[in-house]
Amino acid sequence: MTTMSSTAPPLPIGAEPPARRRRRWPVAADAAAAASLAVLLFFLVAALHPSLLAPGDPLAANRAAILSPPSAGHIFGTDQIGRDVYTRVIHGARPSLALGFGAVAIALTLGTALGLLAGLTRRIVSTVVMRLTDIGAAFPELLLAIFIVALFGSGVFNAAVAIGIAGIPYYTRVVRAQTLQVRGAPYVEAARGLGLGPAQVVLRHIVPNALRPVMVIATIGLGGATLAGAALSFLGLGAPPPAPEWGSMLTNARSFLTLGWWAAVFPGAAITLFVMSTTILGHWLQRRIEGRA
Amino acid sequence: MSDARITRLLGRLALSVFTVLGAVTAAFFALRLVPVDPAFVIAGAGHDAVAITSEVLDAIRAEYHLNEPLVVQYLFYLARLLRGDLGISYVQEQPVLDLIAEQAAPTLALAGLASLFAVALSAGIAVLTAGHRAASGLAGVVELVLASTPVFWIGFLLMLVLSVQWRVFPLLDAGDLRTLILPALTIALPTAAPLAQVLRRALEDVLEQPFIMTARSRGLSLTAVKLRHALRHAVIPYLTMLGFSFGALLGGAAITETLFGRPGLGRLLVNAVTRQDMPLVLGLVIVATLAFVIVNMLIDFAYILIDHRLKAVLPQP
Repeated sequence: MTTMSSTAPPLPIGAEPPARRRRRWPVAADAAAAASLAVLLFFLVAALHPSLLAPGDPLAANRAAILSPPSAGHIFGTDQIGRDVYTRVIHGARPSLALGFGAVAIALTLGTALGLLAGLTRRIVSTVVMRLTDIGAAFPELLLAIFIVALFGSGVFNAAVAIGIAGIPYYTRVVRAQTLQVRGAPYVEAARGLGLGPAQVVLRHIVPNALRPVMVIATIGLGGATLAGAALSFLGLGAPPPAPEWGSMLTNARSFLTLGWWAAVFPGAAITLFVMSTTILGHWLQRRIEGRA
Repeated sequence: MSDARITRLLGRLALSVFTVLGAVTAAFFALRLVPVDPAFVIAGAGHDAVAITSEVLDAIRAEYHLNEPLVVQYLFYLARLLRGDLGISYVQEQPVLDLIAEQAAPTLALAGLASLFAVALSAGIAVLTAGHRAASGLAGVVELVLASTPVFWIGFLLMLVLSVQWRVFPLLDAGDLRTLILPALTIALPTAAPLAQVLRRALEDVLEQPFIMTARSRGLSLTAVKLRHALRHAVIPYLTMLGFSFGALLGGAAITETLFGRPGLGRLLVNAVTRQDMPLVLGLVIVATLAFVIVNMLIDFAYILIDHRLKAVLPQP
């Protein structure tokens, strides 16, 4: 941790601690990142063109095949009214990912704007923004999202807005910290010394560099936002049934858990797989961008 | 205790008071942001949960002083909060504070046991695997999977394996300790994962410090060094993470109680939201935020008391 290393006394030459832990299995890390990218692309295709992967109708009930276990005909089985679980998992990618991407887009845009504002302005504006951010961060995230849904009503759009708003403080803090760091960097001084105006320095040097960590935290945050979206839907506050959304599919599966495990296992596996992929890919990007193990 | 540290404790306390005041203010104005008559919102007009008569609306307007200017309304609201009056649930027709007090015990029991599990699991795994390459890599993979898994899905899997398949734990809530274990484990597993990650990384950082080599050269085993020397230094980032995960615990209670059909504050919140019972929702959010702020304040207090080196790096209040 940085707090630790900064307090350690400087060591005489020749007595440095052993080189930082080497990257464990760099090849494995690259392979995991590639696999994660493939998983993400698969889910993106599912979200954009679900019928490519599952031509059936996710809402079609089939009385002849109620609660049938996974088989060649229904590889993920069917639910209590005979809907094909595989078809629903694939079609569920759209609302589930819409929740995640929508929330990240909102948190990212507003959080970054506020972070830049706080990082670039003088004391008063900066202090006001950061104190507001502290207040926003004082609410536990999921609770804040639930509160916002209570105010504006449930549904995919409102749930995405709610999760997005709850996520703003994190982006604001990261972007502000980075902006402050970039502002004092030698190359910014150099740009000023070369006679660039304040606007040019900000737009060409500070902003692009201040935004560098944003892509990483947005990638990792995508998983968290999708998870929160599924949680809201599970609680009945996100995507309304009978829409095939992963969280609300689990709510449905709860009522017949002892009769058909498959209806609960596969949608949950889809969420886990998606979130894991974003996390792996985010950390991989972080290593690439920041150049550290 | 030095004067500087007392100043810092007071500063941290002031920051917490300010944050809570801000959160409460934000909640008040959020209610006014909705482009609907707040009396309708408070009465739960959204889902026709109650038949709203003009008497009900008048009663609400009188109770919340909605006919007064906004500033006066706000001051009345603060005064009521200071007296511990969170208003009346128009759906359940009871004071909000009483409803919360009634449901607090099962949630506190759940959160307490879940925290215990999470701390025991994360500290145990981190201490055992830190510094061992293969074990630490394997634990890292398990933690990644657990941290990515939705709480409710973990609950489902635990139920399927332990209740349906092996019948170790009852599926339905019987109100005893045995029925508390599965829900607590459900919250604890995804909570423990990031905790273990943070603690192991901190431990491994400390293990590279020269004083560890000195301790090893005195003949202490690796485990003894970890427990006696490294843990003390690694505990600070761990505590920060613990305070942060307390917030997730509160959200996790809503999910877990719904999943397992347990009574508690989480269930109360979800029901209040679906019935558009705004006073109850607001009361629960305020109480939870207060708890979250207090826990994190106590953790910062602990830093100031444990490690006086932190005087330099603690965020300025």
